[in-house]
Amino acid sequence: MSTRKKAKDIFASPIASAVAIIIAILWTIPTFGLLVSSIRPEKDINNSGWWTFFTNPSFTLENYAQVLFQGSTTNPPLAQFFFNSFALTIPAVVFPITLALFAAYALAWFNFKGKDTIFFIIFGLQVVPLQLTLIPLLQLFSKGLVVGDTVIIPDLGITGTFIPIWIAHTIFGLPLAIFLLHNFLSQIPRELIEAARVDGANWFTLFSKIILPLSVPAIASFSIFQFLWVWNDLLVGLTFGGGVKQVAPLTVRIAEMVGSRGSGWELLTAGAFVSMIVPLIVFFALQRYFVRGLLAGSVKG
Amino acid sequence: MINTAFSLARKTPWEVIFPNLILLIVSLAAFAAVIYLVFLLASRVNVRVQEWLKYAVFLAPAVLFLLIGLVYPTLRTLVMSFMNADSTEFVGLDNYVWSFTIPEILVVLRNTFVWVLFVPTLSTMLGLAIAYLTDRMKRPGVVKSLIFLPMAISFVGAGVIWKFVYNFQPNLDKPDIGLFSAISKAFGVNPPNWLLEAPGNTLLLILVMIWIQTGFAMVVLSAAMKNVPDEVVEAAMLDGAGNWQRFVRVTVPMIRSTIIVVLTTTAIGTLKVFDIVRTMTGGNFETNVIANEMYSQSFRQMNYGQGSALAVILLVCVLPIIAYNIRQLRRERAER
Repeated sequence: MSTRKKAKDIFASPIASAVAIIIAILWTIPTFGLLVSSIRPEKDINNSGWWTFFTNPSFTLENYAQVLFQGSTTNPPLAQFFFNSFALTIPAVVFPITLALFAAYALAWFNFKGKDTIFFIIFGLQVVPLQLTLIPLLQLFSKGLVVGDTVIIPDLGITGTFIPIWIAHTIFGLPLAIFLLHNFLSQIPRELIEAARVDGANWFTLFSKIILPLSVPAIASFSIFQFLWVWNDLLVGLTFGGGVKQVAPLTVRIAEMVGSRGSGWELLTAGAFVSMIVPLIVFFALQRYFVRGLLAGSVKG
Repeated sequence: MINTAFSLARKTPWEVIFPNLILLIVSLAAFAAVIYLVFLLASRVNVRVQEWLKYAVFLAPAVLFLLIGLVYPTLRTLVMSFMNADSTEFVGLDNYVWSFTIPEILVVLRNTFVWVLFVPTLSTMLGLAIAYLTDRMKRPGVVKSLIFLPMAISFVGAGVIWKFVYNFQPNLDKPDIGLFSAISKAFGVNPPNWLLEAPGNTLLLILVMIWIQTGFAMVVLSAAMKNVPDEVVEAAMLDGAGNWQRFVRVTVPMIRSTIIVVLTTTAIGTLKVFDIVRTMTGGNFETNVIANEMYSQSFRQMNYGQGSALAVILLVCVLPIIAYNIRQLRRERAER
């Protein structure tokens, strides 16, 4: 640790610092411009650059009030989409992580034939583009699955509710979650598991008494990952929400606002920031866990 | 459609939210209750039953979800790509012939190729450079957070942010509100209509993706650099290697496998990109990419055959990466 620190100080360079700081500022300007614009009055946003805010400041929360709470004849206010995003995201994080933890436990600690094959298939499924599953999965939700005359999955009549979106996110989140949690669970010392087995713990109590408490950090890391993924997703919400506004997330509404000519920059900038605020809070509060999850997923070994 | 719009408009937000809130709470509670009950019952049955019950409880749900939700749909899409628009007749290779001959789709394929060429390489190179710079800072925390921050923003949000940056003011007498136009005028150049003019507009969309992905590359590569032993770097220093040589000859080769992981992960993400194009240009003005065209064909034109063929083309593009990843994983496991 001390040599690391010493080496770091030797390599530390003011020029490198300066260049890095300039890049960081350049990287932040676009987001910063959006934030500044969102608190300027409509007239100012559309008639002067946001940078003039600093020489000619003007401040209002009117944009936020309007976009959040005033709906139109065809569109509910953003507050409702904000709720939808939460209602979509919470189960879409809880479900896949629970199922993935179960499967990871089985793949890491049960002994059965074909274990490795299943693991490799799941690993491969991680990169299958979602686009390949959209049409058939959508048909499964709307019509069920019938082979010949046998009804394998009946039409459940859930189209237009949150349920298809939850299930779709659960399916799409599973491969990565199983892979990451399996890596984590297989590192638990074998002695610990065997000792518990000898003490008479069955596979179910072993899970709830030992595996679950030990997995909390891994669960936390992946939850943040999945939370940001689901909250920021457009494709799944758009496809499986069936265009129903009662269940559409923020991203779907914002994308629609960008497309329609009716929405001026005062509403777009405020609306975009409303959709970004929760991920930004999660990001700044839990960055360390997020990074850990990211590294577990991409740095092998 | 009109009916639902009207009834929705008459409902207050609370009237829409309330039943949804109930559904949310009931679903979560039911999920927890089922798991609790299964565990309770399973721990009480005899050991022989438990031996097979453990597979049913722990392994079967995830495997079933993956079979029904990923494996079956992928195979089904494969079949549908050889069928007509409403999947009632086989049409052979027609949809693929369409994909590779219609000029508009050729533009889509070309654009996707340009995306996959530029985004992974440029964002990895930039990320590597920034990782190197921040590794030489005493307190890199804030700088790294700011560059990493776009990763937390949705593609849709990023689309709005950058559409504002690229805003074009057609009326020359009015002041610019787009940053690019203003900078361009400050240098005495009349700005183009950024997002409308091909092929520059595709590059501007690519810039948005690079802005997002660089933070990912930086974080992962910076972590890998920290794992390069100091002794190796110090030895190179003693041998008289300069900063640049030390970086190119020592650091980069030692984190080579991580660089490949970053490149391939970014390439896969780039192939699937859809939100940025959809938000910023709607795929118009020759900016369309496969993932967006797949969506339009399937859910706007309702042509499942052509939509599926485009999805299969995406799959074919990622297959080599899947194969490579599995081989790497096999090797790692064999080493253990």
